[in-house]
Amino acid sequence: MNNTQQYELNKGLAQMLKGGVIMDVTTPEQAKIAQEAGACAVMALERIPADIRAAGGVSRMSDPKMIKEIQDAVSIPVMAKCRIGHFVEAQILEAIEIDYIDESEVLSPADDIYHIDKTKFKVPFVCGARDLGEALRRINEGASMIRTKGEPGTGDVIQAVRHLRKMNSEIRKIVSMSEDELFEAAKELKVPYNLITYVHNNGKLPVVNFAAGGVATPADAALMMQLGAEGVFVGSGIFKSGDPRKRASAIVEAVTNYKDAKLIAKLSENLGEAMVGINPEEIKIIMEERGI
Amino acid sequence: MKIGVLALQGAFIEHINMINKINQQNCPSLLFNQSNNFAFSNFKLQIECVEIRRPKDLAEIDALIIPGGESTVQGLLLRKSGLFNSIKKLIESGMPVLATCAGLILLAKEIENESSAHLQTFPIKVVRNAYGRQLGSFCSTANVGEIKDFPLVFIRAPYIKECLSPDVTVLCKDKDRIVAAQYKNQFVYAFHPEMSDDTRIHEEFIKAVFKYSSKKLLAG
Repeated sequence: MNNTQQYELNKGLAQMLKGGVIMDVTTPEQAKIAQEAGACAVMALERIPADIRAAGGVSRMSDPKMIKEIQDAVSIPVMAKCRIGHFVEAQILEAIEIDYIDESEVLSPADDIYHIDKTKFKVPFVCGARDLGEALRRINEGASMIRTKGEPGTGDVIQAVRHLRKMNSEIRKIVSMSEDELFEAAKELKVPYNLITYVHNNGKLPVVNFAAGGVATPADAALMMQLGAEGVFVGSGIFKSGDPRKRASAIVEAVTNYKDAKLIAKLSENLGEAMVGINPEEIKIIMEERGI
Repeated sequence: MKIGVLALQGAFIEHINMINKINQQNCPSLLFNQSNNFAFSNFKLQIECVEIRRPKDLAEIDALIIPGGESTVQGLLLRKSGLFNSIKKLIESGMPVLATCAGLILLAKEIENESSAHLQTFPIKVVRNAYGRQLGSFCSTANVGEIKDFPLVFIRAPYIKECLSPDVTVLCKDKDRIVAAQYKNQFVYAFHPEMSDDTRIHEEFIKAVFKYSSKKLLAG
């Protein structure tokens, strides 16, 4: 099988996840709860972003043993995070046959200049982006799925909204350009011309785009979907809340029925306490600025 | 003609795009002529797609497509949305259905190593994630029924381990494993025809829907 086919298969897996919710889990038990609640995939990690924030220090790839236990516990795809630029962590995750690697700003970056050359891997990658330039640079490096960065572990959806709106507005701008303006646009965004022409012709990224960072309620999830996300990552929002099982399944239903306000109203009833959350202004580490 | 596309989760837009592509192009196989027993030569069929999320969306559809995605998620949402029984009844009453990957799992009578199944309208036993994790996903080419050299895209795919009725027709095998089959008006594919540029499987399905609808019309 050649590289192009592999990349198509990897983009294809992201397409299968669309309209779904990918949940952060730290134990096989949580993974099972997530699957039963309707998660379309789980992200296996040692600590959810809110706890990474609280703990401070250097945050690394999770213990492969713990990831394998989660792989054994569920039948849905399992993702795991490696540090930005840490291609050996990525090699390890590929060796244990992870379904998707998240080269993630939530962990401490291992390289402050280079991202991983993702074209060298068979396993697919998802990467965070705050705007169209970042998204297309990651895609050029081989990412087969994009998510907004948001500001992880805050329970505050404002950054995810900002990133998705910015990306969509930049896409609309590229679409409306005349063809001879696209060369300059590629230069300005620091991205290859062929990816700009793809966006110009198709009005979308060449890969699936999910929302991530700060999603804590069914309403947050539906908001991201109405803004054009193709699915949602929920990190700390579920297992940092009062009733994770109920909240998880409410968020899943809200993503499917994101335009049905009556149903979302019903889903939002009696969910127990949402994660407390912190404002991005109150935090010291701004994760979204990692890896641009 | 209205085709419902189950839109609970997964790659449903891809199926809708496929149908729209067929709407736009002049597919030679869709120009019905005398040899197909249809007197509609030069008749241009317009097919409308309806996204199915709630039971009310099922009104007036002539056929159903169940897309790829995660079968656990779609199975759960089928039950929660109240669609489960209505869809099962429609399929059992003969409504044509095309199902890919997760859709095949949803229709299967039995799922290996799992105590429960979903709609159970198709007498086959399937194996989920039969080729392992994402690194086991692959592409191939094969004849699918009458269709020659169709590109097969397998993504964390299932396959059919056993046919539980003599009325099941095997449409395609890949390395001795059954990956596409037909039972009455139900067509299941372990791979993703909606992920290729090739519209032939969808065209065949539309023909089957057309046949079914005109028969129903004549009988009614």
